[in-house]
Amino acid sequence: MALHAVSAYRPPMKMPAPDPTLIARKAEIVRALSQIVPGEGVVSEPSDLVPFESDGLSAYRQAPIAVVLPDTTDQVARILAWCQTNGVKVVPRGAGTSLSGGALPLADSVVVGLSKFNRVLEVDYANRCAVVQPGVTNLAITGAVEAKGFYYAPDPSSQIACTIGGNVAENSGGVHCLKYGLTTNNLLGCELVLMSGEIVRLGGKAMDADGYDLLGLVTGSEGLLGIVTEVTVRILPKPATAKAMLLGFHSVEEAGALVGDIIAAGVIPAGLEMMDSPAIRAAEAFVGVGYPVDCAALLIVELDGPEAECDELVDLIRIMAAARGVTFERVSQSEAERQAFWAGRKAAFPAVGRIAPDYFCMDGTIPRGKLPQVLGRISELGTQYGLGVANVFHAGDGNLHPLILYDADIPGDLEKAEAFGADILKLCVAVGGVLTGEHGVGVEKRDLMGEMFDETDLACQQRVKCAFDPGLLLNPGKVFPVLHRCAELGRVHVHRGKLAFPDLPRF
Amino acid sequence: MRNVPIRTISPATPDAVVHAVAEAGAKGRHIEVIGGGTKRAIGVLGAADLVVSTAGLNRVIDYAPDELVLTAQPGVRIADLETLVAGCGQMLAFEPPRLTRLLGAQGEPTLGGVLATNLSGPRRVRAGAARDHFLGFEAVSGRGEVFKAGGKVVKNVTGYDLMKLMAGSWGTLAILTEVTIKVLPAPRAETSLLMFGLTDEAACEAMGVAMNGPFDVSGAAHLPAFAAGAAPLKAAMAVTALRLDGFESSVASRIEALVAALKSFGRIERLDAAHSREFWGQIRELDAFVGDPRPLWRLSLPPADGWRGPHQLPGDALYDWAGGQVWLLTDVPAQQVRAVVHSLGGHALCLRGGEAFTGRSGSLGALQARVKAAFDPLGVLNPGRMEAGA
Repeated sequence: MALHAVSAYRPPMKMPAPDPTLIARKAEIVRALSQIVPGEGVVSEPSDLVPFESDGLSAYRQAPIAVVLPDTTDQVARILAWCQTNGVKVVPRGAGTSLSGGALPLADSVVVGLSKFNRVLEVDYANRCAVVQPGVTNLAITGAVEAKGFYYAPDPSSQIACTIGGNVAENSGGVHCLKYGLTTNNLLGCELVLMSGEIVRLGGKAMDADGYDLLGLVTGSEGLLGIVTEVTVRILPKPATAKAMLLGFHSVEEAGALVGDIIAAGVIPAGLEMMDSPAIRAAEAFVGVGYPVDCAALLIVELDGPEAECDELVDLIRIMAAARGVTFERVSQSEAERQAFWAGRKAAFPAVGRIAPDYFCMDGTIPRGKLPQVLGRISELGTQYGLGVANVFHAGDGNLHPLILYDADIPGDLEKAEAFGADILKLCVAVGGVLTGEHGVGVEKRDLMGEMFDETDLACQQRVKCAFDPGLLLNPGKVFPVLHRCAELGRVHVHRGKLAFPDLPRF
Repeated sequence: MRNVPIRTISPATPDAVVHAVAEAGAKGRHIEVIGGGTKRAIGVLGAADLVVSTAGLNRVIDYAPDELVLTAQPGVRIADLETLVAGCGQMLAFEPPRLTRLLGAQGEPTLGGVLATNLSGPRRVRAGAARDHFLGFEAVSGRGEVFKAGGKVVKNVTGYDLMKLMAGSWGTLAILTEVTIKVLPAPRAETSLLMFGLTDEAACEAMGVAMNGPFDVSGAAHLPAFAAGAAPLKAAMAVTALRLDGFESSVASRIEALVAALKSFGRIERLDAAHSREFWGQIRELDAFVGDPRPLWRLSLPPADGWRGPHQLPGDALYDWAGGQVWLLTDVPAQQVRAVVHSLGGHALCLRGGEAFTGRSGSLGALQARVKAAFDPLGVLNPGRMEAGA
């Protein structure tokens, strides 16, 4: 899912300075990795490294020293142990679909690709779980269990390509997570290799685990704490029926008000999406599924459960929508039509890609009630920057995806788009929201972490990092704006009979 | 035996918590952290010099029903919180258990205590545990620093998910001073189905049938003859129960489908909403085991194999979470209980009559210890809790 034309190439944003002595040791590193993963397990020719230079945040590219493609946990453990002993940085990679640069290599790093870990190891229907390797795609898990009427609930838009290992790293969401939760709410266990090469098992098939909930901690840790080599996910019986509604409005305010009404009425729809006018028009031009192009806002509401429930709730929502001045209304009459309603939304990103040479996808979450205010301000900012913007929105949980339109061939446009994006995310935080709802911090939002967290907050998070990876070798340059040495973070100071927090450099 | 600490303080501000922790850290003292103090009997604590209670931090800061979020200080009583959200037709979906009668405890469980212990009621099979509804917090670490994590919105992946770490950490990492949780609409209608006289194995199978179909079960419990015969139920034989709730039309249709799916398991009776609520309240509080002096265990097991635990461990069991959570009264030595549960892929918590937690060992144990040290390097908070083995 290339979001930018290749012409968008530019050197990566400020990453930890590469260590030239490591790069000079390339031959030795490749040799050592080849001993651990023989055959074609190590990629090191510059031309072969090109596909690994970038991920879904393709404005940034950087070739690593080498890519290693292990296919056993033991190999992963030996690779990490060797890299730790030799001070080599490691960047884990699933399918490379991260929208925040989570898998962006460093010039002096080794990329560990998990693509060969592609087997479903066990489906345990009695315990409603599946044990899979991390390179299995999100959709393939559902594929493995759907014949028996089950599915895996989290469904990020990239689900055809993205892997469950990457989903664990990013705590991926999707359009159904309002009702069914993010990845973290659908995991039972994993096998994790630490940077030291130690292998630990977190959780299992039981619902709770012993000790601290390290499974919950590792989920969404963006590849900074360890490499997941096996995942146990919860699978759910498929709902008996699902129905989708399209509801069009003259204003974003009316659509937003209906979302509030639906939740206040005690309904948690399986999906509750909003698109603004530019997004509606782009999607309709792309897929032609009958979206109302004259509406200022379109809601897609999906209800699932027994048919009686879907019917009851469709009727309830129609009444509430009428009270909010709905101008366009359709209810899916077949599974094909329901899929068609979603086709436009799921293709919104590529659709927007057709109306502008490049776009930049943002991912803030806001308290839903602030939606009109935030969209109004985004529109003002767009005018100010001279850039267009289309908004798609997981309306139920307040997760906003403004797509900033720009042209990388116009000098300065990408920088403008990034500044615009940063302003949007700062706005999200200012109204009580957060920097990222589901795409992760990665490289993209790293330098904005200070908007949400002060240095003490970040120091607490980094000490967790130190507990897992004291050498700070795993995926450096991601999430944290400044990586402090663990020794410095670990110090305990006493001042006038009380613990005092050591002075850390300002961010 | 537990030590009797010298003094209890109930700070009214986060600053006062910082003060207490910073002073204790500098002087090499230890703090026992409590909310309502109702779970203090679980586990053995090392010597503490001071008790810090969060009972003085008891304000609800913000409740936005439309946004499905609630922010409060940790000392707010769970009962008060449930009354507040019920007024807006909402609930704490993890159905926090009190366990006060069971543990013979005085006082009232608090929001902070429920999150710190990550205990969840019958609805956990459908709605997740306390940890799944924990969105953000501010706390004072063992270093005496105020820090925050997470956010005040339902969907957020910014930074590490320290909420998961804090949930179930039993006050060993930090003292919560403010928390944000997710609240959800309460169901409008509720019915339960009861089956009778099933063996534990058959009951686990029946609960599996219910959980594996499109019935959206929100409670699945089995009371073998001993638990069913105890007060307050006083039934003549084993009882297996399944709860369905939600919108009325939906419950009606699912009940019909589920009854059909379970017809091979014998007679099925229905409980109306009031009786169903009463019944699940008794399961949540484990009323059947109140007053029994035997050691009490909570076994976390793969649900379909739930019955295998008690069948290797003589005693009396009560199954919740479709077999995934087994309460067990047994005189079997703790080491043997842990060994059996471990062999079945689960773990055990002893609530009474033995070491509560499994000791740390190996790479994972060392990692757990490093995580503790990251937040509380001097071991100020709840010394020894979560570390002792059996």
